[in-house]
Amino acid sequence: MLKLEGITTFYGTIQALKNISIKVGAGDIVTIIGANGAGKTTLLKTVSGVIQSAGGAVWYQGTNIVHFSAAKIVSMGISQVPEGRQLFSHLTVLDNLHLGAYLYHNRKFKDEIEEKLDWIFTLFPILRKRAKQLAGTMSGGEQQMVAIARALMSRPKLLLLDEPSMGLAPLFVHEIFKVIRRLNDQGTTILLVEQNARAALQIARYGYVLETGTVALEGLSQELLADKKVRQAYLGK
Amino acid sequence: MDLQSQIVQYLVTGLTLGSIYAMVGLGFTIIYNATGIINLAQGEFVMFGGLIMVFLTATLRIPMFLAFFITLALVTVIGIIYERVFINPLKQTSLITLIIVTVAVSIFFRGIAMFIWGKNPYSLPPFSSGKPIMFAGAAILPQIFWVLGLSLLTVILMNLFFNRTITGKAMSACAGNRLAASLMGINVSKMILLSFALSATLGAIAGASITPIALMEYDRGPLLALKGFCAAVLGGLGLGTGAVVAGFIIGIIESFSAGFISSGFKDAIALIILILVLFIKPSGIFGSEEVGKVKQF
Ligand SMILES: Nc1ncnc2c1ncn2[C@@H]1O[C@H](COP(=O)(O)OP(=O)(O)O)[C@@H](O)[C@H]1O
Ligand SMILES: [Mg+2]
Repeated sequence: MLKLEGITTFYGTIQALKNISIKVGAGDIVTIIGANGAGKTTLLKTVSGVIQSAGGAVWYQGTNIVHFSAAKIVSMGISQVPEGRQLFSHLTVLDNLHLGAYLYHNRKFKDEIEEKLDWIFTLFPILRKRAKQLAGTMSGGEQQMVAIARALMSRPKLLLLDEPSMGLAPLFVHEIFKVIRRLNDQGTTILLVEQNARAALQIARYGYVLETGTVALEGLSQELLADKKVRQAYLGK
Repeated sequence: MDLQSQIVQYLVTGLTLGSIYAMVGLGFTIIYNATGIINLAQGEFVMFGGLIMVFLTATLRIPMFLAFFITLALVTVIGIIYERVFINPLKQTSLITLIIVTVAVSIFFRGIAMFIWGKNPYSLPPFSSGKPIMFAGAAILPQIFWVLGLSLLTVILMNLFFNRTITGKAMSACAGNRLAASLMGINVSKMILLSFALSATLGAIAGASITPIALMEYDRGPLLALKGFCAAVLGGLGLGTGAVVAGFIIGIIESFSAGFISSGFKDAIALIILILVLFIKPSGIFGSEEVGKVKQF
């Protein structure tokens, strides 16, 4: 479904990604783990089209989308839950959700948006009660739910998640990962970026280890969980 | 004139001034909401609105009604060119630099206006003929109804736009979080352009409608921008309705202090109110602490 080939991305003269190649099959959960500064966020931003890559290709359902605009990429079914949630904190939860479906806001999709909202509220019941609250005034865990819900409003086939567990209490992490699994069961393909390597590898089928902008290691999650180097560097053993 | 008719007269003048400040304040708010930029060339939109209207009606002899819409279109185009030439290429720059750029643009605009129209003020006949209406001993110019009506209409339309339409919300999403806005598929650059265009249109409406009462000259902008800025800040920067109400309050206070104290002080009044309010309530009269926390200015 998604295939990166030799992706290279710069910030000015700093090279953040060097010749990255990864693959995500339809219906799969794939994770990218790595330390702070490894280039995980840059990778997702490159896929979403908010950063332009200097070389390489991003194949999505057979099309090279590497030079497509962010809007075009969203409309093709790739949606991102960015690192640090990035909510519109001065707007209400409901406004945030509606903006998630920004590209579908015309008469043709009116009922569909309402249906989507209903579905979101069954996924995250608390958001129904908080719909009129300003997004910035909610707790970290609730904000993460809004961020995921907002990304789901654009009907993604492929969901990119950037460290959804960051800064959350264990209970919330559990909750969020349950939702990710459920979304996957319902057919959404997941590319999950995490520093919480254990949780990520437990949920994913396949994993990539990113180190200073290159893929250092890849393999089935089971293999990575058992790998001595991974255990030392990322699982604290 | 007895006291009662004096009060009515000042009130009407205050409302008229206030509606102009409200529109300038709203113009500030729109660009601020989309970009976080304080556009200090906002007053120049008003000035262009007045002077272009004069040019179209007095020099080209285009009928008033038609000239009004051509003026709006031209000033809107000025706003669009302004954004594309001076703001858009500086995407990576800090907000404070961009604000300084707006000051430079305002000086540039004044230069152009002085070159074209010189330094003298111009007058414009009122939109509709008719004698002043006598009300409670005060004389009310028919043009005042045009000013009030147009600004009221504009304010209502803007409110609907920002609170009821997804485009309006998307625009404020751009200022709130640019990265997230683009991840939602919002074309941020287009939204910013739209905010400058809308702001320019607002300025033009204010300028074209006030000129028959207050005249217009090339350097009227900064003072108007100052008052409008006060209105925007007092209204709790970012809140359209707040800016409008604050604009009217400033206009009325200014008119009464000019009448009862001294007209020499009237321009200082807005600033004194601004400073006092910011001391007591930094988020503005209508701003909430909650929202204040997430703002950059
Ligand atoms: N906006 C930026 N400008 C310059 N360098 C950046 C920027 N964002 C990230 N970097 C650099 O790129 C590298 C990768 O960053 P990032 O993708 O955020 O890593 P991760 O998400 O894995 O923590 C880091 O060395 C970081 O310092
Ligand atoms: Mg990151």
